[in-house]
Amino acid sequence: MTLLTHEPTLYDCRDAFAATIESLAAADERIVVVCNDSVGSSKLGGFQQKFPDRLVNVGIAEQAMIGVAAGLANGGRRPFVSGASCFLTARGLEQIKVDLAYSNRNVTVCAMSPGVAYGELGPTHHSIEDVAWLRAIDNMIVVVPADPLETEQALRAADEHDGPVFVRVSRMGVPSVNPADYRFAIGRATRLREGDDVTLVANGTMVSRALAAAGSLAAEGVGARVLSVPTVKPLDVEEIAAAAEETGAIVTVEEHSIYGGLGGAVAEVVVSHHPVPMRILGFPGFAPTGSAAFLLDHFGLTDKGIHEAAIDLLERGRA
Amino acid sequence: MTATLPGRIDRSLPREEQLRLLADGARLIRRRNLALIPEAGLGHIGGDLSAADIVATLYLSVLDIDPGQPDLPERDRFVMSKGHSSGVLYTTLASCGFFDPALLDDYMKPLSPLNGHPDRKKVPGVEANTGPLGHGLPIAVGMAIAAVLDGSLRRVFCLVGDGELQEGSNWEALMVGGHRGLERLTVIVDRNGLQQGASTEETSRLEPLADKARAFGWAVAEVDGHDHAGLLDLFERLPVAPGKPSFVIAHTHKGNPVSFMRDRVEWHHKVPSAEQRDLALEELA
Repeated sequence: MTLLTHEPTLYDCRDAFAATIESLAAADERIVVVCNDSVGSSKLGGFQQKFPDRLVNVGIAEQAMIGVAAGLANGGRRPFVSGASCFLTARGLEQIKVDLAYSNRNVTVCAMSPGVAYGELGPTHHSIEDVAWLRAIDNMIVVVPADPLETEQALRAADEHDGPVFVRVSRMGVPSVNPADYRFAIGRATRLREGDDVTLVANGTMVSRALAAAGSLAAEGVGARVLSVPTVKPLDVEEIAAAAEETGAIVTVEEHSIYGGLGGAVAEVVVSHHPVPMRILGFPGFAPTGSAAFLLDHFGLTDKGIHEAAIDLLERGRA
Repeated sequence: MTATLPGRIDRSLPREEQLRLLADGARLIRRRNLALIPEAGLGHIGGDLSAADIVATLYLSVLDIDPGQPDLPERDRFVMSKGHSSGVLYTTLASCGFFDPALLDDYMKPLSPLNGHPDRKKVPGVEANTGPLGHGLPIAVGMAIAAVLDGSLRRVFCLVGDGELQEGSNWEALMVGGHRGLERLTVIVDRNGLQQGASTEETSRLEPLADKARAFGWAVAEVDGHDHAGLLDLFERLPVAPGKPSFVIAHTHKGNPVSFMRDRVEWHHKVPSAEQRDLALEELA
């Protein structure tokens, strides 16, 4: 028997980021980009060519990068800060807290290549704590888009939002998971597949894998709902509570530490609204070296890993 | 407590009269500021008093601002990077009419908008939320870049503590400011020589500070930070050099001019007793 396989097109979400920023900047003089020697890694070459004065490259200086963005916002500009998530968030965290969140500045923090995108470079360059850190800060919107369409719409929503927004921008190739008529809204989760036996909650690079796992679970007679949760904060409490009540079991999966990210956020809602058994899939700690694809396989952040976690949860949950 | 506070000074007055009003204004700001601390039960009086003449000169005589319209896009900016000197900042903002001076009585009281460190969301006239050291200067650099992008001549002033310069973020910002030649930006160092626990030079040496600033591309001026005429002259002929941001080392004394506080490290955040407060107020009568 011959299987006709159709490999989906994979997209680097930084391309959507670059196109969106250029489009926003063409329409709004106030838009500026602040970066840390990250023109190439943020794919800002086109922006630099079109708007050379509006690209503020502060050099390799993440604290200054955030502070400068806050000062630009004070001057009526709408800055998008762009740099590798691992440095941007860890090095600039106090500035993100004080200069942006506590000060309520209209700055969008665009965290490039998060998770284990820089897999081979090791834990110094992995960013698997960023969502947990940012989520703990008051007045911070935290968004982890799953595909190019969602990346574009999250950036546009951030631009319209009054206050700071954190948006992860993945470099690892992802397929398109949202329908063409999809409309992102801050704080809204989307059911990408209906199911009554278990809910797979995912965001970012993990959404396509959760969808694939739901497909293989269906083949075994398990109806898995897939809930895409791009906004980790504020969380769509209604959809999470509905998932707990209606499916009775939840598996979360994210390209992040198992501590304090999407899984933690969902668990906080589940325990206070409708406690059900859960599995939180992610990285248990510093990851070894290896490509992003290798590391995701190694830690079970795959179609198969999600499938098995769901089966295990259902068996033990019912035991 | 009610007390007289100065207003902004008419710049068309004869210079001698302006300086007389400025000296008296700074004295009145210090008196009100001093009274806040025992009332609140905490504060940073030493740094308030070392910065008072700089802050008073800027707000009463130099800054192009309209306290009735604190968000005017073309206003000059002042960033109090040493946010623990909120006492002198709030007293001066109230003097200028940014808010009702009666609010000063609530300094650091429960639910007061006058936090120990300033919050722009709560206090009109506050340009940046500061408190953790090393935040104001990068923000001021961003403000100055925004002015350049706008083709505006508005000015940005940032007051930093000297001990604060031990924070690395300042040196990132000094590199950016020097690299871009932000000549409408002036950083003023409240060089009282003392940080919380000891002198800066014993703790982690700043000198040669002027050379360091020059090496980062800034034009340096030194001034007596308690001399209103010297401060006013300097602020009126900025930038120190064309095409460069200005780095003003203002030599000051912590706790100045109160005899028993001046240059005493313990007055960084010691709270005066009622008796000490009265003694200090007498000296400032």
